[in-house]
Amino acid sequence: MYTQGLDQADTAAPSPEEEVQLRDAFQARIDAEEKIEPRDWMPEDYRRTLVRQISQHAHSEIVGMLPEGNWLTRAPSLKRKAILLAKVQDEAGHGLYLYSAAETLGTSRQEMLDQLLSGKAKYSSIFNYPTLNWADIGAIGWLVDGAAIMNQIPLCRCSYGPYSRAMVRVCKEESFHQRQGYEIMTVMARGTDEQRQMAQDALNRWWWPSLMMFGPSDGDSAHTAQSMAWKIKRFTNDELRQKFVDVTVPQAHFLGLEIPDPDLALDEETGHWCFGEIDWQEFKQVLSGNGPCNAERLGARRSAHEEGSWVRQALLAHADKQRERSSAHEAA
Amino acid sequence: MTTCDQKDLFTYVLRLGDSGLVLGQRLSEWVGKAPMLEEEMALANMALDMVGQARNFLSYAGEVEGRGRGEDALAMHRDVGSFSNLLLVEQPNRDFAYTMVRQYFYASFAERLFEQLQHSADSRLAGIAAKAVKECRYHARHSGLWLVRLGDGTEESHQRVARALEDLWPYTGELFEMDEVDRRLLEAGVAADVQAMRTEWREALNQVLVEARLPLPSDEIWMHSGGRIGRHSEHLGHLLATMQILPRSYPDANW
Repeated sequence: MYTQGLDQADTAAPSPEEEVQLRDAFQARIDAEEKIEPRDWMPEDYRRTLVRQISQHAHSEIVGMLPEGNWLTRAPSLKRKAILLAKVQDEAGHGLYLYSAAETLGTSRQEMLDQLLSGKAKYSSIFNYPTLNWADIGAIGWLVDGAAIMNQIPLCRCSYGPYSRAMVRVCKEESFHQRQGYEIMTVMARGTDEQRQMAQDALNRWWWPSLMMFGPSDGDSAHTAQSMAWKIKRFTNDELRQKFVDVTVPQAHFLGLEIPDPDLALDEETGHWCFGEIDWQEFKQVLSGNGPCNAERLGARRSAHEEGSWVRQALLAHADKQRERSSAHEAA
Repeated sequence: MTTCDQKDLFTYVLRLGDSGLVLGQRLSEWVGKAPMLEEEMALANMALDMVGQARNFLSYAGEVEGRGRGEDALAMHRDVGSFSNLLLVEQPNRDFAYTMVRQYFYASFAERLFEQLQHSADSRLAGIAAKAVKECRYHARHSGLWLVRLGDGTEESHQRVARALEDLWPYTGELFEMDEVDRRLLEAGVAADVQAMRTEWREALNQVLVEARLPLPSDEIWMHSGGRIGRHSEHLGHLLATMQILPRSYPDANW
């Protein structure tokens, strides 16, 4: 599949001395808060890190449509159905921008999709949990998109130009998603007893997986230090997680819902909410494919891909025929 | 305000709303299953347009009826026999070819219908139609392009789209039916003359099919009818069961 000719493999590899110079100049540009653009020289590990991160992000948008799709046909009012349709459409759009941003680094959308479908590429662990009642759609907007925003706002200042620009637009839409989720929760928390139970049940199930979205603790995070030096990342996982907890706990209290953490307590001195230990075993299991819906989600993506194969073939065949006809026409 | 029978107007607007709603529901079943990311967006976009049109029509129908039923009461608390959508739009998605043929048949019709309704003597109806016409024009173009690509694509895609055309064709007669309600409202300058659009709709279809290298359907085929008066296929009950599950299970709840 065609990608822009940005793959650096064709150019002669720099000598070790040149490489050191190039790296120093590159880091100096990063330190000066300059944006790195697709045609600029960049270390191979910077490129790889970005492709990994951007494609994981794109995959998360695409897989993230599935738990919501589970409720689209059962949205309880036409207004909710319309909002949810607009939301999944935004997510498909985010997926497209992000694949395009990653393509500027020389990896094609097809390669990235193949990695997703083969199970090699990761996507956010959160989407391997099931959506079991309508309040889950509220909880996903409120907590999952809320956590995503915490992660993504700093990415608007990421050193790689195309990614940072894509994130500006993505963040605007995410903030609308977060608000509509909280609004669903508000209506449910103030609704009938049954709705209130659904809201609490959703919070119980989504709280801890949402905290896991920020990734491993700083001590266990393999990529944090280098990503921060390259200004791909601006805050550590734990910093962002704490920020999320501090913002979200009062929102839950405002709804009269209980956070499912007996250790949760406000530290009067720092103003931060202290929270209990995350079940890292569960996190690892979900990441390694053993979450409640891993097989389901990957299966859904694979079957959409396989069942759509004849459509994509038709598209290519038609384009070929068109080309042949127009060149035959020109020759005549 | 127009001088027409409010019951007629209710029936007329409800039919438009029901067709939009049922087609929107069908399209939303595609989310997460589209053949490519661009189509994931296009299908969700068309679903959203149809649901949006349905909301406008159903809200207005509820106002005309004057019994306090809003869009959700009409969408969620009626059963199969009270739905008055076209049979075409309740037909299942089956595959991408069926979905695109169904979309083309409906959108190319709705585009012409709303073009006329923009000038309806009923200003509310005219306003809703003016917005909807742009959406349906885009849907017709999008699905028409797919008919060409599939018809002129591979052997498999050609066969699939040809079968979809053959299977869905008998549901197109109903698009152009007019009963007493339509005739009275047409006389009052409120409704559109759908019978008069049939030739133009057919010519546009023929153009697409010629480009798609697909056979033109015969006019001698028997056409199904009944959706507009509540006689449906078996498919509609399942669609409603899914769509209405929450409001039916928790009738006291607001969402």
